[in-house]
Amino acid sequence: MADTVLQVAGLTRYFDVSKPWLNRVLEREERQFLTAVDDASFEIERGETFALVGESGSGKSTIAKMIVGLLAPSRGTIAFDGEPMHIQQGAAMRNLRRRFQMIFQDPFASLNPRWRVGEIIAEPIRTFGIASGAEVEREVARLLEVVGLSATDAGKFPHEFSGGQRQRIAIARALSSKPEFIVCDEPTSALDVSVQAQILNLMRDLQDEFGLTYLLISHDLSVVRHMANRIGVLYLGRLVEIADSKRLFTDPQHPYTRMLLDAVPDLALSGRRRTPVTGEIPNPINPPSGCAFHPRCPHVMERCKREIPLSRPTATGTAACHLLEDAPVA
Amino acid sequence: MTTPPLLSVRDLVVEFPTRRGTLRAIDKVSFDIAEGEVLGMVGESGAGKSLIGAAIIGLLEPPGRIAGGEILLRGERIDSLAAEPMRRIRGKRIGMVFQDPLTSLNPLYTVAEQLIETIRTHIDCNDREARERAVALLDRVGIPAAARRINDYPHHFSGGMRQRVVIALALAAEPELVIADEPTTALDVSVQAQIIDVLKEICAERGASVMLITHDMGVIAETADRVAVLYAGRLAEIGPVRDVIQHAEHPYTQGLMGSIPTLTQTSSRLVQIPGSMPRLDAIPQGCAFNPRCPHAMERCRRDRPGLLPRGADREVACWLYEAAEEEVRHG
Ligand SMILES: Nc1ncnc2c1ncn2[C@@H]1O[C@H](COP(=O)(O)OP(=O)(O)O)[C@@H](O)[C@H]1O
Ligand SMILES: Nc1ncnc2c1ncn2[C@@H]1O[C@H](COP(=O)(O)OP(=O)(O)O)[C@@H](O)[C@H]1O
Ligand code: SF4
Ligand SMILES: [Mg+2]
Ligand SMILES: [Mg+2]
Repeated sequence: MADTVLQVAGLTRYFDVSKPWLNRVLEREERQFLTAVDDASFEIERGETFALVGESGSGKSTIAKMIVGLLAPSRGTIAFDGEPMHIQQGAAMRNLRRRFQMIFQDPFASLNPRWRVGEIIAEPIRTFGIASGAEVEREVARLLEVVGLSATDAGKFPHEFSGGQRQRIAIARALSSKPEFIVCDEPTSALDVSVQAQILNLMRDLQDEFGLTYLLISHDLSVVRHMANRIGVLYLGRLVEIADSKRLFTDPQHPYTRMLLDAVPDLALSGRRRTPVTGEIPNPINPPSGCAFHPRCPHVMERCKREIPLSRPTATGTAACHLLEDAPVA
Repeated sequence: MTTPPLLSVRDLVVEFPTRRGTLRAIDKVSFDIAEGEVLGMVGESGAGKSLIGAAIIGLLEPPGRIAGGEILLRGERIDSLAAEPMRRIRGKRIGMVFQDPLTSLNPLYTVAEQLIETIRTHIDCNDREARERAVALLDRVGIPAAARRINDYPHHFSGGMRQRVVIALALAAEPELVIADEPTTALDVSVQAQIIDVLKEICAERGASVMLITHDMGVIAETADRVAVLYAGRLAEIGPVRDVIQHAEHPYTQGLMGSIPTLTQTSSRLVQIPGSMPRLDAIPQGCAFNPRCPHAMERCRRDRPGLLPRGADREVACWLYEAAEEEVRHG
């Protein structure tokens, strides 16, 4: 039996992007809503790395924020270990919160610049009652060493560190509540590749050591390929394909996944002939009808312009494309 | 043959005087760009890529200044020109594309006004001919309905389309060299590939050489003929793209290549270079890479290695390659 730790079903989030009331009245405009995430469903198993990949604005961060409780879903459910998240309150919620942590792209923005590193890491330890008194300090020192910094760094301020070291501090803080599940939103996107390698290796080591489950969010297909067991591909707020990591790259089912793969520069210099990528992401306020990818899709059919394709089972996951109904993509 | 290369940068030094002493951000960098060639300039952030580009086009921001070396365009020095002749070279002979298209476009003028003015300033033609040229250029860089869209303002275009307009503008005066500084870094993956293709094709068609500055080795692999690897303001290695990517010689390049995750790799760990690039006020003596280098020797901590020739078309700044053939170690 699969050991599902996180279950997301029909997750949807709208944002009201209307102009102010007076402008709407004067310009006779309707209220406008933007669907940042539309009916997303996926499951994450214990100990695995599930990745969400997509271009900017595809809804990745919105999903992350809903999962860690920073943003309420407009519709849909999120269950952790079988228990729905939104009905948890008080002590139950606090306990659930402890088991979840999040790492952001910009470690500087997520670290209070006026606090010393030791205080930054100690805060969750105290809040969740993991340790007290002199034990806290020992725990902070231990965590700093776990992430490859030194115990003496506790007395310094965030600005004294490089970008990569700051991300290590953010990871130490995330680990301090002894979580089981960490949402990592573009954790290395602001870093240079050589520093990215250090952080990705560290994330791997920590996963092995503490049995962590990761939801990794990235726009970088190579990073996702390197880190994830399973991958979900987002386009304009919709999950267009979910597959095992290897399978997604050797046998992509959705035309958008194929296009994304073709767009990745070829470091291997294989001289492969790429299908030229075309078009840009449309405005999410008025997304295309039917399959949101249809204006850019090389296989577009009449039906794609009318009907939103449902997710259909594939070899290792699902894909939402009308082509999959009759035959596999040629 | 003694025709000088299109661009030649010799021992370029760029410094910033500060209260606590002079910071040397570019330290004796030398390279050439041949006619029609695409040279990639790659390095991590802070390596000095943009400063080299700015020094070539005479747009270093004070107090930054060229403190040594020379820059030659077809054999003529351009690093010591007065402001006005340098401005003419920038408009006519060297085109520029930056990461943010809005640094090249004036929001108050339509694309037509900006393109036509550039064309008329530098090319002998009337208004109608200039407009025709402008529309043809926009069409060539992939702006749909160019004849109509040309009358729009920059903010009417999406990020990718704007960068296409900038490429058209950079090429409008038929420059000999285009300097593109992270031209696709702000764009989405699927748009990046399109912009790189357009830039590469249109420069090839028009015989313009390109200096492509980027932190992204993938972009270099797809675009450049040769690549120069910059580390802490110094060139680590320079050579044909395929050779450098597949057989990196400098220990820094080797580490860098191993640290990039790829779509095909199977190894579970990435190569890790310990530490990070030094700050300008703490560049180590000897080889700037020595504290991070797995092969560092006594000499590396003492003397700085210059670019040593390796075969006909490669150079590497590393003491490992100074020794006789049999002593050369590979990493
Ligand atoms: N607070 C908000 N108000 C209005 N629109 C938002 C808000 N947050 C996100 N969006 C929009 O929702 C979409 C998805 O955004 P996001 O989840 O940040 O995407 P990603 O992380 O994939 O880049 C985008 O179109 C974005 O502009
Ligand atoms: N005005 C300035 N004063 C001091 N140092 C500067 C200034 N501008 C750039 N630098 C330094 O010069 C180095 C090279 O910068 P840059 O060329 O922008 O790097 P890159 O483009 O490779 O990221 C960096 O260490 C940067 O901090
Ligand atoms: S010169 Fe020495 S320290 Fe520098 S890269 Fe070569 S071996 Fe390493
Ligand atoms: Mg995001
Ligand atoms: Mg730069």
